[in-house]
Amino acid sequence: MSTAESTPLPLEASATTSASPIPAATTAPRHSLLVRLTHWITALCFLALLITGAEIVISHPRFYWGETGNILTTPLFKIPIPSSRGLVPTGYGYVMPDQNGWSRALHFQSAWILVLTGLLYVIYGLITRHFHTNLVPAKPDRSWRGFSASVKNHLLFKKPGEAEAWSYNLPQRLTYLFVIFILFPLVIWTGLAMSPAFVSAFPSTVTLLGGRQSARTLHFFISIALLLFLIVHVVMVYLAGFSARMRAMITGCTAAQRERI
Amino acid sequence: MTDISRRKLITTGLAAAAGVSGLGVAAHLAQKYGLVPPDHGGIFGLGETLTYASQRLLTRHSMAREFSRSQISERPLANEIAPFNDEYKRLQAGNFADWRLTIDGLVDRPTAFSLDQLKSFPSRSQITEVACEEGWSYIAEWHGVPLHHVLDLVGTQPHARYVAYFSIEPGWWDSMDMADALHPQTFLTYGMNGGELPLGNGGPLRMRVPRQLGYKSVKFITHLTVTDNLKKFGKGLGSASPEGGYAWYAGI
Repeated sequence: MSTAESTPLPLEASATTSASPIPAATTAPRHSLLVRLTHWITALCFLALLITGAEIVISHPRFYWGETGNILTTPLFKIPIPSSRGLVPTGYGYVMPDQNGWSRALHFQSAWILVLTGLLYVIYGLITRHFHTNLVPAKPDRSWRGFSASVKNHLLFKKPGEAEAWSYNLPQRLTYLFVIFILFPLVIWTGLAMSPAFVSAFPSTVTLLGGRQSARTLHFFISIALLLFLIVHVVMVYLAGFSARMRAMITGCTAAQRERI
Repeated sequence: MTDISRRKLITTGLAAAAGVSGLGVAAHLAQKYGLVPPDHGGIFGLGETLTYASQRLLTRHSMAREFSRSQISERPLANEIAPFNDEYKRLQAGNFADWRLTIDGLVDRPTAFSLDQLKSFPSRSQITEVACEEGWSYIAEWHGVPLHHVLDLVGTQPHARYVAYFSIEPGWWDSMDMADALHPQTFLTYGMNGGELPLGNGGPLRMRVPRQLGYKSVKFITHLTVTDNLKKFGKGLGSASPEGGYAWYAGI
């Protein structure tokens, strides 16, 4: 780390990866205050949505395709867990306690906070060119050679250097873009498509998905995709150096900056 | 104190004052235009209020989706209900001839309607979906009289803001704002799929509010009260649902 500190990597050295040159003695935070704030609010809301979403599924652990579906119709698939409703034939001899009241209230409140936070983040990201600078693949990665080199480094689990504490590598960038601009919009859309009042004003939001039950099933699968992202994200943070990465996302400082202080 | 910090202090102060008064104005306007739900208190009040306010701004006049006959569910699911009480059984023994829907509160002519009277009013049908908060749903054709027709007959007073409705089952009641009460698809239903309304689906009389989740469509309706203040009913949260932890506004 001290070498990186004293002799900043020349531009060519980082040309094979998406890492930008290390700002030698910068005091600028690794993550801006707004990115850190919106990151943790989103994390908190997502956790609440995940837990309450699971609680709501427990009241009817059956999924369908099309417009309608209930215990009298054939499900697409069932989750083999007991239910919080006696109406659902689960094969278990007991009924779980009903947690839907607070779960639904917390689910929608967290969704509101997450959507508003997400909007703030996207507006900020567009104005400050945060997406352009940090998330859109860096120039060297836009060629096939750069792309494959970056992916290879990643697959070989090469330990990230100091340069990568300062920027995201290619798979990271693509994943974040996918989560921010594909998965989150989809999970919001499929959620709204289950609101009887919302779809009364915007019926195509549910008909395009194939019906109310399709929207519910898709909402479930997109949530699973987001959960997988969360797991991989946390594992990667752990592998890359848990305390340093956490410090960067909480205080904004990188390890090098801390050493300098 | 330097110039910079004084300027900073003044701008921060102004911004804070603008923020607080902005929130105050927003709260006042929301109250004035009926954008605040009766269960706006408590830790989930923020979410409930944001949902209800935006739904009222977006969907005041929108129509619930209607379906074709071919989409009607083969077997309409009758959800679990408590065993019928003695009063219900007595009326059932008389083939519901003595079933009454009493309407009172802020109306010019409080009235008790029999089922035959309700059926003599212009009958309307809708093929709409019942969506339960648990996740399941079915489509049925519902026959009944639009609530606004009955409210017109009894003469709703201009300062009416909500209609509270009560089941014969004690403690089972709900309420809706006038936007839903006067909505053309809000029905007092007495028939389903071309026949009588099955008892398991709420017969002989069920409120049907198709733009909200199933639990707003209360079964076995015997009493309506038009009011300008929901504080007078139950725990003052607008319906039995918030007392059990569920949202008053179920359009989501």
